[in-house]
Amino acid sequence: MASVVLSEAEKLYIVHGVQEDLRVDGRGCEDYRCAEVETDVVSNTSGSARVKLGHTDILVGVKAEMGTPKLEKPDEGYLEFFVDCSANATPEFEGRGGEELGTEIANTLYRVFSSESSVDLKSLCINPREHCWVIYVDVLLLECGGNLFDAISIAVKAALFNTRIPKVHILEDEEGSKEIELSDDPYDCIRLNVDDVPCIVTLSKIGYRHVVDATLQEEACSLASLLISVTSKGALTSMKKMGKGSLDPESIFEMMETGQRVGKSLH
Amino acid sequence: MAGGSRTWMGLAAPPALKMAAITMRLPVPRKLVGPSASRGGEKHLVAPGDTITTDTGYMRGHGTYVEDEKLIASVAGAVERVNKLVCVRALKTRYNGEVGDIVVGRITEVQQKRWKVETNSRLDSVLLLSSMNLPGGELRRRSAEDELAMRDYLQEGDLISAEVQSVFSDGAVSLHTRSLKYGKLGQGVLVQVSPSLVKRQKTHFHDLPCGASVILGNNGFIWIYPTPEQKDEEAGGFTHNLEPVPLSDREVISRLRNCIVALATQKLMLFDTSILYCYEASLPHQIKDILKPEVMEEIVLETRQRLLDLEG
Repeated sequence: MASVVLSEAEKLYIVHGVQEDLRVDGRGCEDYRCAEVETDVVSNTSGSARVKLGHTDILVGVKAEMGTPKLEKPDEGYLEFFVDCSANATPEFEGRGGEELGTEIANTLYRVFSSESSVDLKSLCINPREHCWVIYVDVLLLECGGNLFDAISIAVKAALFNTRIPKVHILEDEEGSKEIELSDDPYDCIRLNVDDVPCIVTLSKIGYRHVVDATLQEEACSLASLLISVTSKGALTSMKKMGKGSLDPESIFEMMETGQRVGKSLH
Repeated sequence: MAGGSRTWMGLAAPPALKMAAITMRLPVPRKLVGPSASRGGEKHLVAPGDTITTDTGYMRGHGTYVEDEKLIASVAGAVERVNKLVCVRALKTRYNGEVGDIVVGRITEVQQKRWKVETNSRLDSVLLLSSMNLPGGELRRRSAEDELAMRDYLQEGDLISAEVQSVFSDGAVSLHTRSLKYGKLGQGVLVQVSPSLVKRQKTHFHDLPCGASVILGNNGFIWIYPTPEQKDEEAGGFTHNLEPVPLSDREVISRLRNCIVALATQKLMLFDTSILYCYEASLPHQIKDILKPEVMEEIVLETRQRLLDLEG
């Protein structure tokens, strides 16, 4: 991740502040920064969203295209994620620098959405074994201000909410080959049900306590962080640990509970 | 084309219980607090490409160029005229060093006889070993051992406060910490704003009555720290208090930090009086609420009002 260099005294100040539940900008350990969510920003996509969480700026575009279903799941559509860390975010992302981070984020998104109940993939199927909708989700990192995963998951959820997939009619020809007809009416479309789409909550461990929604400076002080994805009902779908430090098992349970509480209110 | 179908996501959790408070909102065009009444001369603001004057009698200074016998601005800013010299001072620019300025910088490199300091300018500034205070305030010739022990004094990532000694021909700035009030900075919070927002004053080290001290660097780096109890530190800033800062001081520092961010977002000049008024105006609100756009506008409006009353 992009990081800032801090002096030892500054790090000490931040760590002590977190112990007393007062972070540098006055938030408590479980408070998020003010977030702005805007949908339907890009006109030639099926759905899009832009999220600004403090200094972090994420743009997500969703395009639905026809494709063939995967062999092991012939009657479902699927989602493809691609994350692009633009060089606008930090100079480290110039050229190939942002690819590692991009693939890491994309893999995390795959894991989060791999659960059966998150998105109704059966509704994306048009013809079993022949045609299905493939949803390409493209994430663009415009500015990196700490806490990328949370902002990305919020943006993906908003973009999927905004996605409109045109309705499809299948016509049978005389020889038996099927023809696909897309309805031309822009309002005749199906929307995805995003009630069960999970959101990621990142908990960074600073000192003995953990914080939600860390800024870049706080991320520089934390050794390890736990990513959990929580649905609106509070169910956990996946978990991932990042960072060089180690986490105490009891603290993991504490962090999971905090994450669940926070995640529920996030939805 | 798409007007943007806005959807409303999420609600703020009630802050009564100790639950997470998350607010989602739609982006609204941020209203800048309106321009204050012109005091004295009207500022002549130009954008790149604007003609300043067609009179050929003027000499062109920084930020201008001549084309077709017209003087045209190349940066966005205010026109300044001194007799026959016309120049444009840019509003948002990197820090340009002037001799005697106080800056707050971060060490980026440790080189042979000097440190490279980042000060939000076009080139990294330079702090020579001979311009640095030795602990104890002694004056002696720097030896080879001092050179080897450079990293003990200042490492990469440390923050220092220093004064500009001279400016090289390419624009790089040479710093010195020859007085006991400069040196390495201890625990505190750094806020980065645009250099043009820091007002030039007699002194940039302020001890605010609310309980914290602030250093307003001319390069836009503002350092907020808890006021040390004993004022006479002979060490020149090398030994530091690494004890935890008490919670009351922390609250003051966080509130000041949010106030400064609010003033910078609304493009108000930063000096000790404006920061103090903003602090007092923000007292009825919670610290974390100050960063919300509505609260920010309200506080800055009140601050501007008080500053105008003070002037007029």
